[in-house]
Amino acid sequence: MTHVITVPPSLDDHSFEQVLEQVAPLPPDEKILVDARHARWASPYGLTALLALAQTRTERPAFAAPELEETASYWARAAFFQHAEALYDMHGHYPKRAPSGESNVLLEVTPVTKGEDVHSVVGMVQERAQKIIKNELKLESKAIIGFAMTLSEVCQNIIEHAGQGGWVAVQSYRWTKRLGRRVVVIAVCDAGLGFRKSLESAPGHLPTSRWGDATALEEAVIRGVSRFRDRSRGQGLAGARNYVGRWNGKLSVRSGTARISIVPSWDDDVPLAEDLAPFAGAQVQVIIPEAAPSGANEKDSPMDI
Amino acid sequence: MMHHIDVSSVLRETLACDLYSNLVTRTTGAAVRGQIEQLLGGDDMRRALTVIDFSHVSMIDFSCADEVVAKLLIRYTSDDPPHEAYFLFRGVTEDHRDAIEAVLERHALALAVEREDRVELMGVLSDDERRAWYATYRLGRAEAADVANEIGVAVDAARETLCALCRRRLVMSVNGEYVAVGHAA
Repeated sequence: MTHVITVPPSLDDHSFEQVLEQVAPLPPDEKILVDARHARWASPYGLTALLALAQTRTERPAFAAPELEETASYWARAAFFQHAEALYDMHGHYPKRAPSGESNVLLEVTPVTKGEDVHSVVGMVQERAQKIIKNELKLESKAIIGFAMTLSEVCQNIIEHAGQGGWVAVQSYRWTKRLGRRVVVIAVCDAGLGFRKSLESAPGHLPTSRWGDATALEEAVIRGVSRFRDRSRGQGLAGARNYVGRWNGKLSVRSGTARISIVPSWDDDVPLAEDLAPFAGAQVQVIIPEAAPSGANEKDSPMDI
Repeated sequence: MMHHIDVSSVLRETLACDLYSNLVTRTTGAAVRGQIEQLLGGDDMRRALTVIDFSHVSMIDFSCADEVVAKLLIRYTSDDPPHEAYFLFRGVTEDHRDAIEAVLERHALALAVEREDRVELMGVLSDDERRAWYATYRLGRAEAADVANEIGVAVDAARETLCALCRRRLVMSVNGEYVAVGHAA
């Protein structure tokens, strides 16, 4: 029997939880069909998480592509289908090749499995990020290097801790509903070990009574703890946290059944969400917003909707 | 003895590739540091000053800065360094600064860096160390008494601070006199 998993029309880090809630009760060898026919939009998180989701299944899942031509075309430009074909049995019509033309995709969905991938990801994004961050987000040029550094560190997280490959995508868009300003978003998703298991593999690890996904995330993201004894380690996420703090951005890291977020004043997310539907590996999202107009209160920014 | 190491060239040799000018990933950083340590020579080396040149490096991330800068300094400021090595950093721009400062802070390290026509300190130093180093740098070649006089402390206190700066490889002790790294370059 095939279970149909419905993809919400707007797929981002929050609405992806609806996908996971549907998958959670099913054993990994149960056949699923991920039905994205009615999807209209997906954030980089949504696209990369869909690929990671397929990696959690032992029975090859099926995927129904978005019916709306504009959506399918956008997902093709983001190189989603090209990778999805390797993981899903594909159904429906979708562009086989990425259509050319202007795009706000800074980095297509790209696999990250080894160190060289991080070099090429950073190299590809640097030039395009320069244009977007300076001209569209109107941030100081210092924000550009920090962006590339953050991208590098979150990608390395996969190589160092996941135990298998993952996916990265970077996109810029106008975030009308939440912020009314442009944002640039990095999403990095893998279905590997996850933070709890990674930290549990540290020599001499002694779990406390409240040890779990949430405490593992607090250790890694807030306290910079890593599974290595070397106290140099664990700086990557600390660096990403400082970067989003400086540019009024948001960092969320989901792993297992928990999500921890560094929440800026313009967002109303919770700092720590627990008891979520389980999802293997780690999923990281970084959002950097356009500079607020001078004199504007971050919280009261005008919304388009 | 003085060396000059162009980090960008070392990076290209390490990766065997001309495509990348970014110092990213911990693995790359460890490999680049390994190359730098080879270029610095072995146990038979005596005192040497090495210019570590970042001029042609586009960016460096935290992990790479930790490997290339922090671990290099940790090794050569340890109680058992391979030899007496001093480092002067060149070509460190705003694009490199955040990552390097972060790792210096994490390990309580400090380094001397060229800035146009002068040399400055980056990293974690006490006020006494900072004042003593800048006084030594201004004086060129100085005895502890000169530095004490310059910063208004007792000679013993100045000597103690200068010894600490010598252990941190920010000052060289030459025949009873002190020379700030950077002044000697």
